[in-house]
Amino acid sequence: MSKIGVIIKREYMTRVVKKSFLIMTIIGPILMAGLMIGPAYLAKLDEEAAKDILVIDQTDVFSKYRLNNTYLTNFRLKKDSVEFDSSKVSVRRLPDSEKLRFHFLDKDISIEEGKKILNTSENYALLFIPSNFVKQPLLELYSKKEAVLGITTYLEGRLEKEIMNEKLKAKGVDPDIIETAKTELNIATKIVEEDGQEKDSYSAITMVIGIAGGLLIYFFIFMYGSQVMRGVIEEKTNRIIEVIISSVQPFQLMMGKIIGVALVGLTQFLLWVVLTFSIVTVVSNIFLDEPTQLMSAPSSSIMDGGSTVAQMPDVPSENVDAFVQEIDKFISSVNWPLILGSFLFYFLGGYLLYAALFAAIGSAVDAEADTQQFMLPVTVPLILGIVMLQTVIENPDGTVAFWFSMIPLTSPIVMMMRLPFGVPTWELAVSMGLLILAFIFFTWLSGKIYRVGILMYGKKVNYKELWKWIRYH
Amino acid sequence: MAFFEVKNIYKTYAQHQALQDVSIEVKQGSVFGLLGPNGAGKTSLIRIINQITAPDSGQVLFDGRPLQRKDIQRIGYLPEERGLYKKMKVGEQAVYLAQLKGLSKADAIKKLKFWFEKFDIGAWWNKKVEELSKGMQQKVQFIVTILHDPELLIFDEPFSGFDPVNANLLKSEILEQKAKGTTIIFSTHNMASVEEICEDIALINASKKVLGGPIEEVKKQFKSDEYRLTFNGSINGMEMSLRHQYQIIENTTAADKTHIRLKVTDPSISTNNLIASVLPLGQLVAFEEVIPSMNDIFIKVVQKPQTENHE
Repeated sequence: MSKIGVIIKREYMTRVVKKSFLIMTIIGPILMAGLMIGPAYLAKLDEEAAKDILVIDQTDVFSKYRLNNTYLTNFRLKKDSVEFDSSKVSVRRLPDSEKLRFHFLDKDISIEEGKKILNTSENYALLFIPSNFVKQPLLELYSKKEAVLGITTYLEGRLEKEIMNEKLKAKGVDPDIIETAKTELNIATKIVEEDGQEKDSYSAITMVIGIAGGLLIYFFIFMYGSQVMRGVIEEKTNRIIEVIISSVQPFQLMMGKIIGVALVGLTQFLLWVVLTFSIVTVVSNIFLDEPTQLMSAPSSSIMDGGSTVAQMPDVPSENVDAFVQEIDKFISSVNWPLILGSFLFYFLGGYLLYAALFAAIGSAVDAEADTQQFMLPVTVPLILGIVMLQTVIENPDGTVAFWFSMIPLTSPIVMMMRLPFGVPTWELAVSMGLLILAFIFFTWLSGKIYRVGILMYGKKVNYKELWKWIRYH
Repeated sequence: MAFFEVKNIYKTYAQHQALQDVSIEVKQGSVFGLLGPNGAGKTSLIRIINQITAPDSGQVLFDGRPLQRKDIQRIGYLPEERGLYKKMKVGEQAVYLAQLKGLSKADAIKKLKFWFEKFDIGAWWNKKVEELSKGMQQKVQFIVTILHDPELLIFDEPFSGFDPVNANLLKSEILEQKAKGTTIIFSTHNMASVEEICEDIALINASKKVLGGPIEEVKKQFKSDEYRLTFNGSINGMEMSLRHQYQIIENTTAADKTHIRLKVTDPSISTNNLIASVLPLGQLVAFEEVIPSMNDIFIKVVQKPQTENHE
């Protein structure tokens, strides 16, 4: 084995047998699986714990035309837990929600009586719609605990629509016209490719993939870059460094360390992917009876702001199939080889670039506490990449996104965010080319600093000093 | 011809001149002492020999031809600032360092087992380095340095961190290496050990070589024609009889013995003349020429330039 191979092997082996590696390997997938399963599981819990809300409606708004058989059959009232005269209860539903169930009390019941009923029952809240509601839209919601924000938002949204309808009717607009004017808007987004072919677009998921890719790269660069730095400092403070560089060249040692740690990172990433997938599959089989839901749940929750998840358990099976088909279509719509290949490229390129800088920093100091002044200029571009996240996601082809995906210090993060939205081939090629050039340049630069730095002890190093080291021959 | 040679080396760091026109010659199979005060440039020279840094100008010849990168396998180096990975197991680490010197894993293990037994640290193979005492770590480092049977060994302050028992063990190992024909460069502040094991020396001070050659010759150079005499009982009239050709430096009487140290001022006087002239004074029991120790020479040489600098 070549010497650099021996170094890589040591750097790799000493790290993967560490407890911290094992712990990270286990915790990572649990967290990720939790993120995937969590929303679906919580949604399921939510469904079971739908809130019951009593309503005293002094207007006719909701009884007039909302009341029909469909709603009646949907009604679920916990009669045994509510003590009041059932003859006075009429059964209506507000425009429904799976999380809220409305139980209409008789109009004649006073608000005081209503409160009493609320307190003696297991209902969550009491909604009071006063008779002048249409003219002066102020509702009162009494609850035993602080009312959940979602409820008020929901009520405001729905009731605003009802009032509008009422007002339109008052102006003499035909209810049929209102009914036909009502529109549930859905936008089906499509991408027209250069050859004229249409492709379904899934902007929400595209966004998620972009953000996830960028964040992962950021996280990996930081985590493994600083491991390289700590490794260099360790060798320096141990004083083993001179023993080693009397056998191998400093540059070989530096590259051996950087490559060894990169392999640790790739191993961890691979283990995470495999373990996450296994955990998700196993857990979904145990806790959520329909495994198909699981793979689709997290994506749909992001797509529709959570409501889809909530409804899913009630979706008839043909709908589930349709949904699965949608997901399949989505999966096939993404250019996975490109995304994954680019991820690997930018992960490695970005890591190699930064790891070289981290190694140089490690060589210039005597202890980790002294790294601060040099860390700042290295971490600023990384953090900038993350700060730009929103701008880039909102406008992936904008000037900001373009330049940040070209500059090699930020391109690994920003380009990964842009990539799922589609990036012209030349831009990708230029960005990758620049990254390779920058990697070579920074490695060369770091090698010069490293070479001198590792043998320098007890000296407070500043930038002027570093510049001198670079010019040594 | 010298086995190892450094010719007119210059090395400058930023503003600091580390080596100025330094040349040394090391004979095959000899022990060469590289001496000098702290900061004189010894470590700079050793690092150049180990190809850790390159000289600004000058040549390093190994076996008659310019030193090459691959020669690193033929050199063993024990730096003054030495350490090991604390969290790594002793055996694993020794194998790693041996592999970096070009040994195969199997060879390394075989040789290491032998040396670990010899140095009585075989039981420590699977212990972590941080569990070892400093002395034991030093033993491991020494073993790793010589494991690949280098033709040239460089020891920088090898005895630091050793107790006297282990220092002796180390010294006999160094001499054993020499007996095998290994050439050794030995850098230390411990002048006693220099006299004991070195054949040639070079003294570097303030980036220049100020003294060099076989140790006996160096000493002769610094001989000051002083003699030490011991008589039984007290002596009278000595001042009178010796006044003209000798200078008495010391005259003490203790425990019924008189110790006299004198310097011959007239170069024509031989040792026999001196003995003849002191014999009548009393009962002479000891007579010796005072040869300066390397320690004296070191101090004398290193302190001199400070006055010369003002010229």
